[in-house]
Formats: sequence, structure tokens, C-alpha cells
Amino acid sequence: MLLSEFLTSVLLLAGAFFFLAGTVGLLRFPDVYTRLHALTKADNVGLGLMVLGLALQAESWAVAGKLLLIWLLVLLSSASVAHLIAKAARQKGIEPWKQ
Amino acid sequence: MEAISLLPLMTLLQLVFDTLLGFALLWLAWRALASPELFQAIVLFIAFGLLMALAWVRLDAPDVALAEAAIGAGLTGALLLATLARLEVKNRAKSELEKKHEVRVITEKSKHQTFFFLLRMLLFMVVATGLVYAVLTLPENTSGLAMPVLENLESSGVSNPVTAVLLNYRGYDTLLELSVLLLALLGVWSFGGIPKPYRSFPGPVLNMLSRLLIPLLIMVAGYLLWVGAHAPGGAFQGGSVLGAAGVLLLLVGWRLGTRFVGLPLRITLVFGVGIFVSAGVVFILLGRQFLEYPPSFAGVLILLIEAAATLSIGITLAALFLGGRPEFRRHK
Amino acid sequence: MEMLYLAIALFLLLTLVAGLWRVLRGPTSADRMLAAQLFGTTAVACVLLLAQAFERPMLRDVALIFALLAAVTAVAFVRRAWAAGDQNDAVK
Repeated sequence: MLLSEFLTSVLLLAGAFFFLAGTVGLLRFPDVYTRLHALTKADNVGLGLMVLGLALQAESWAVAGKLLLIWLLVLLSSASVAHLIAKAARQKGIEPWKQ
Repeated sequence: MEAISLLPLMTLLQLVFDTLLGFALLWLAWRALASPELFQAIVLFIAFGLLMALAWVRLDAPDVALAEAAIGAGLTGALLLATLARLEVKNRAKSELEKKHEVRVITEKSKHQTFFFLLRMLLFMVVATGLVYAVLTLPENTSGLAMPVLENLESSGVSNPVTAVLLNYRGYDTLLELSVLLLALLGVWSFGGIPKPYRSFPGPVLNMLSRLLIPLLIMVAGYLLWVGAHAPGGAFQGGSVLGAAGVLLLLVGWRLGTRFVGLPLRITLVFGVGIFVSAGVVFILLGRQFLEYPPSFAGVLILLIEAAATLSIGITLAALFLGGRPEFRRHK
Repeated sequence: MEMLYLAIALFLLLTLVAGLWRVLRGPTSADRMLAAQLFGTTAVACVLLLAQAFERPMLRDVALIFALLAAVTAVAFVRRAWAAGDQNDAVK
């Protein structure tokens, strides 16, 4: 196995782990705010790792750039949307979870 | 050697993937229809759109996957959510008395429910039998129309077979699809004016997001239009991305200036259909058939028609999102 | 390598289906919406993996569209559906 293939495999598996963590967070966390946290952080790192892994296998720099652009777009919208939803939930009067 | 031993496992993985996707789609469709709560149904429908796009990817139909990604997963969700918002405002305005009255009417109707249930089941059985019959009587081992399409690709002016079919061989279908979109907008406009403007400042985050996303959306719409000539993409995909840019603008609180609301807006809306029809009519006058283009400049013509269609589709979708005639003022 | 891409895509599809439970459960509309947001990102990763596994470079455009339009639905939710007020979520 080539070094690049090995690296890709490791990065993809790590990415998949973060996606799993995001889903577990979505299902298990107690309220909207904590779920947002699980979702946007874990999910974006997961996609980032996957994009990195796939970019190693890309046939050209342009493709790697496109992959990176897709990741940046998801980062941008996830971060903004997380903020917007949290703000709206706060205005709605949903109380943050306390133990 | 390794590759040979892995082959059956690969097929198995694909089979598992496709089966899971298929069942998830069926389940989502059922839940989205059966869910009593509208908001939940909308979110399920958005998830359905995402998975449907994945299904088109698996069926190796990237053109449809692109359209489904833009319309099914992106725009329809926003449209449905805006509609839900209007419904809820209306429901709250209704007095309690009216609500009670409505409930009574519904209980009175319940005698007929069994009859309608049986009627529905009967209709369902008829349609299901017809579908099963159609699938079972499909001719086996035919290549379909793929070969004739590919053989005549050179004279169509483009190298993407899907665009060739949509804009050249079956131009009628595409023209009528554009008209249907316009008709839908006319239907929405006939309901009256736009709802009371939603006055609230977008805030710094949404402001920044829209400033970054909208230029990108417009650029990608252009890219999809251009790439449609030789790869998956085209007017509908580009138009829906352009429409998404319009929807985002409307959500941030931007409104079309009153100067442009009347005639200029209407001209832009019919621009796509107009160019399409006039291209057809010009070639009738030159002794050809309606929508039959000479191979020598079919490519340029298709690009021209698609560009006009992209613009019109985008503006129509954004106007649909607005939900009413923009120049029509409410009195209340 | 194709095996790995496909296996991970299948795994992602499984996490997506599992996430549907949150859509059904709620309890608030925001919970449902953010689950849909997660599905969007998962679908992006899934399409990218399939594009690599079956060597279909044009499928990356599908992922690009997903990424671009992910925000539009959520913004519509925050600015319209939730702004109008849905009674289920109002905390008394």
C-alpha cells in the first residue's frame, strides 16, 4: 500500500469517527444548545478530515481546490446557522440545560 | 489477485447501500405524508430530497442529482417553511369560535369517511395494478433511445447528451416546463399581494453570510449554465441556484426597488419562454420546423436560450418565494 | 481503496438514518432543523466519497450545490417559520 493511500485511509476513518460522534451527540445530548455544539463542531472536523483524505487522492490541484472550497462553504454555513439557531432559540425563551 | 477476491464483497456493499437508501426513501416518503405535524413533515421532506439526490447519484444520473440537490434539498424546503409561517400567522388570527365551528363540521362529515376511505383504497389498487403491469410488460434487453441520441450528438451543437435531449431533440418538453413554472407563479400572484414585510434586522452574522454566499451562488449558477453544454448542468440547475440567491436576498430583507417591480420584472419573467419561442418561430419562417435548429449554430442558440431560461427560472423561483404580487398593496 | 470509500459512505448513510430519530422526537423545531443540517453535511461527504469510489468527477458539483444551499433552508427557518411563532415551542 502506498503511503498516500495509507494516509487517506487513516484520515477517512478519523473523519467517519467524527461523523459518528456528531450523530451520537445529536441523539444523546440534553438540549438544543448542546446538540448544536455536537453537530457543528464534530461534523465540520469530520468533513474536513474526509476532504483532506480525498484531496490526497485527487487527480489534479484544481480538484483538491474544489474539495477545499466545498469544505469551506460547509464551515461557513454551519457556523453561521449554528449561531442563528442558537440566537433564535434564546429569543424564543428556551432555557439552556442545567444539571 | 487481490482485486478479484474483493469483487463480490464490493457488489455486496453496493447492494446493502442501495437497499438501505431505497427503504429509507420509502419510509421518509410515508412519514412525510402521514406526519400530523407540518413542521416535522417539512424536515422529513428535506431529508427525503437529500436522499433522493443520493439515489440519483447511485443511478448514475448526475444531471438529475444536481437538479434534485438544488430544488429538492435546497429551495423546496425554504418555500415550504415560508408557507408554513404564513399559515401559522393566519391560524392565530382565526378566532376561537371559528375553530370550534370547524371542528363541528369535521365531526359531522365523519359518516362519509368510510366511503371515501374505500374509494381511496380502490383508486390506490387500480394505480398499483397499472404500475405493476407496466413494469412487468417492459420490453427486455432494449437499448432504449440512448444509441440514436449519441449518434446524432454531433449535429445537436452540444456534447452533453442530456442537454441535447432537453434543448434540441425534445425542446417542446423543456418549453412547456418553463411555461408550467410561469403558470405556477401566476397562480401564486392570483392570491393577492405579498404578506406584511417582516421587519427585523438580519444581524451581523446573517449579513456576512449573505454577502459571502450570494455572489458565490450567482457565480455557480453561471458555471452550471456554461458547463451544461458538455457535462452535467444546464438551465434548470443554474436557474435554481440563481433562485436560491434570490431567496437568500429576500430572507435578509432586501426588496426589489419599486421602479423595477412592474414591467421590468414581468419582462425578465417571460424572457426565457420568449427567447425559446422566438428562436422556434424564426426558423419556421426560414423554412424549418418549430424548434428545429441548423446544426451549424445550434450550440450558440442553445447557450442563448439556456442563458435566458436560467435568468427567468431564477427570478420566477425567487418571486414564488415572495408569495404574492409584489406591486399589489394590501389595504389592511 | 474503492471498498473503503464505499464502506465509509454506507456508514455515513447509517448515521444519517439514525439521526432521523431526532427529527421524529423533536422536541422543539430547532432540534429538527439542526438534524436536517447534519444530514446536509453527511450527504456532502457521502457524495464526495461516491464520486471518488466510482471515478465520477462531475458528482463533486452535486456536493458543491449541497454545500452552497445548506444555509438557505436554515435561514428560511430562522427568519420565517420560527419568527412567525410556532406555538409548540413557546415556553410558558
